[in-house]
Amino acid sequence: MPENDELATTGQRAAHEAPPLSPDEKLDVVGLLKDIEHYRPRRKGWHWREQVPHQRIGPFEYRQTSQPLERSVPLPSAHYFGDIDPQPDCCVTTEIASGRFEDDIRRMRMAAWHGADHMMVIRTAGQSHMDGLLEGTPEGVGGIAVTRKQVRATRKALDLVEDEVGRPVNFHSYVSGVAGPEIAVMFAEEGVNGAHQDPQYNVLYRNINMYRSFVDAAVAKKVMASVGMAQIDGAHNANATAREAWKVMPELLVQHAINCAYSVAAGMPKGDICLSTVPPDAPPAPKIRLDLPYAMALRDLFKGYKMRAQQNTRYIESCGREATVTHVLDLLISRLTSADIQSTITPDEGRNVPWHYNNVHAVNTARQALVGMDGLLDIVTVDPENPELKAQVRELKERAVLFLEHMIADGGYFASVEQAYFVDSGLYPETNDDGIARKADGGVAAGTIVERADDYLAPVCHHFGANHLPEGYGDGESAEDHKPCDLIGGCTLCDGEKVPFIDELDPEDNVNVRLERTRELREKGLIKPEVEWAADGWVVVTLMLPATERVAEFAALEFGRAMNLQDCVVIHKQVLHPAEGTLIELKGRLDVTVDPATLVIPEKPEVLSPDEVRAWVTDHGLKVIGATVGSDEHSVGMQEILDIKHGGLEAFGVECYYLGTSVPIEKAIDAAIEHAADAILISTIITHGDVHRLNMQKLNDLCVEKGARDRFVLVGGGTQVTNEDALECGMDAGFGRGTKGIDVGSFIVKELRRREATGA
Amino acid sequence: MAREDTYLEWRGHLAGLDDEALEARFWTLVNEITDPLIELARTHTSASIERSVLMRMGVDSRTCMAVVTEVDNRGLLGHGAGHVVLHCATEWGVDVRAAAARLAAGEGWETVAARWGVASDA
Repeated sequence: MPENDELATTGQRAAHEAPPLSPDEKLDVVGLLKDIEHYRPRRKGWHWREQVPHQRIGPFEYRQTSQPLERSVPLPSAHYFGDIDPQPDCCVTTEIASGRFEDDIRRMRMAAWHGADHMMVIRTAGQSHMDGLLEGTPEGVGGIAVTRKQVRATRKALDLVEDEVGRPVNFHSYVSGVAGPEIAVMFAEEGVNGAHQDPQYNVLYRNINMYRSFVDAAVAKKVMASVGMAQIDGAHNANATAREAWKVMPELLVQHAINCAYSVAAGMPKGDICLSTVPPDAPPAPKIRLDLPYAMALRDLFKGYKMRAQQNTRYIESCGREATVTHVLDLLISRLTSADIQSTITPDEGRNVPWHYNNVHAVNTARQALVGMDGLLDIVTVDPENPELKAQVRELKERAVLFLEHMIADGGYFASVEQAYFVDSGLYPETNDDGIARKADGGVAAGTIVERADDYLAPVCHHFGANHLPEGYGDGESAEDHKPCDLIGGCTLCDGEKVPFIDELDPEDNVNVRLERTRELREKGLIKPEVEWAADGWVVVTLMLPATERVAEFAALEFGRAMNLQDCVVIHKQVLHPAEGTLIELKGRLDVTVDPATLVIPEKPEVLSPDEVRAWVTDHGLKVIGATVGSDEHSVGMQEILDIKHGGLEAFGVECYYLGTSVPIEKAIDAAIEHAADAILISTIITHGDVHRLNMQKLNDLCVEKGARDRFVLVGGGTQVTNEDALECGMDAGFGRGTKGIDVGSFIVKELRRREATGA
Repeated sequence: MAREDTYLEWRGHLAGLDDEALEARFWTLVNEITDPLIELARTHTSASIERSVLMRMGVDSRTCMAVVTEVDNRGLLGHGAGHVVLHCATEWGVDVRAAAARLAAGEGWETVAARWGVASDA
């Protein structure tokens, strides 16, 4: 559409534009809302990733990746591979639903840094029955109240986020409910990039009148198409709703097809139409064998359309691990077939409205699995001629055709909905008589469609249906004709400056009031735990209680209270054994804030890489003496620092002499002199009477006495040792709990380098 | 009505179709189902559709609601709420937003009645 290109290329920057984000600073939510009334989106339409078929990233060549991000948090294991962060070829969705956009936008920023480029904002369910638009920014339940201000502020934040990560980020919500055409226009005006739109969803799950749903949908779809919005259908809900969800596959094909054909007829290009497909099963069902034929049947039948691979939520319980494994199997199906958009469902969906870090976990599950299966089909073939597979794919298609034939025989779409064709748990033509039935003259907004009169006129562009424009006025698509909106001097889809803005209407339920409650924390930079809203205080405690399930649950609540947690709720329990134990995850609110200004945070030591340490040791040689000193029989800590098996100093080629436990200080020094060691490492776990400090001091003093202090790097270690303690006692360094061999190795090498450089 | 799985009995007429023909049949049937739906949409409108027209004319949502509610009450939705506003704007020599604002305030409806009358069921 010409008007969109214009928007994209002129990209006017005005005073309302917020300054770019700095990776070291939090998103300034208050600043973002400033001059929001003048903000206009800088581009419209969906953005697909720029795929790079053969891409070299670090040591590897990838077949299914896209252009890299400028900024991101790579996968945890990336540091073994030079911190590479290959981005999969498909868009990756995260679904966000806290009910407060001002908190959601911070989560979107976190998710974008982990590779999400499709921010799907769930709408609060009650809104679909509102015949009209909401204004302001009321708080939602289980989702956002979709309003112009909320949408505008979110899009404005995402402009900043996409500049920060270096990839366009798609913003998505719902064009469903009774006010579909209005929401579609508002989304088109505000630069929303994608939306759910499927009249069948309204009919089946929201009980909105079927005539009204379909009449409205055509107008909404044409408006969406005018700005290149991607559309996602609602078929996956049948899977999430039906009693025996794995049997609805023929019906799913039919639902997808009805929305696809209807959308094309309303003027939407196939390439903007995405099927929301869900692999219907989860283990312990033999998932891949059941779901793969379905995935293949879909891709056969719907060539030219886009596949939005949704993850299966139907069987999610409260176990995050189990949910993640099911999702990885879904991802395997995506890689064995195809996906244009890979949706992710958070592993905590079974127990919470998802929390910040679970969005990030889910995005990472997709990123990790997709990249891990990069190019799978270059070495593995799914054989469509395999007799079992071929027969199953064929059978699904035939069952879907029978479904369609019978719908027509029974009077068409509306009649078949009245006869409960849909969401029946039978494998069609089997039926279990448990489908959803709706009355053609019933439901919300029944009796509200009106026939267009002979003089029906809508003087605006991209309007679907009969429109009796004056002679010489076309639909806006041909250059010769006048555009419909020439009648009124331009419409909002052609001239963004005409879009009106309404600010908060509710004096209590609005973003300014909510932000005021957390102002002190924000301005003073105080820290309070949170999972979905600023300063919500929620924390989770994991407990293994040696008790039966029910006893463990109630005991956990008691432990929570003892930990000073409020509003404790058990969010997950898993029997480890009926009598021996139960795993519990408990959430509770912690009403404590920490002022980072009061924290004493030691300088973070810079650690050399393993390769640097190894190279230095190879060139120079390095010998160390290790001993647990005094009357102390603890040997584990020192062994972890020295032993090759634990990634200790031996792993870097260091020659280590371990003298054992309860070693006298003198003996350690004698051994160091005898072996011409470069460093002496003493471990001292026992601390009563400050014996750990006395031992470290003694090591230094004896070395000085023997005239050997300069010959050795002296290192003290132990669970209670700090670097500061050790320095005070004459050591060169001290290492406490959690120290690894590389930390000690890096220090010794740096210290020896320093001495070499200074001639010390 | 519950029904056993009759797939094997009912599929006979499909067995002879190759995959391409089966897929073509699938889409032919789908379009047969959606054709009357899209025709219904082409020839009908609703309050939400008409509000979406006024929105595109640059009218804010509260004004859209007020105008379309009254147009609907008067039984004139079928002429198009945008049409009603455009007619008034032309008659009054003002822009469409100003016309919509006047109508939302309950003024000027006689201009509307003069053009379309008042529907019998209003």
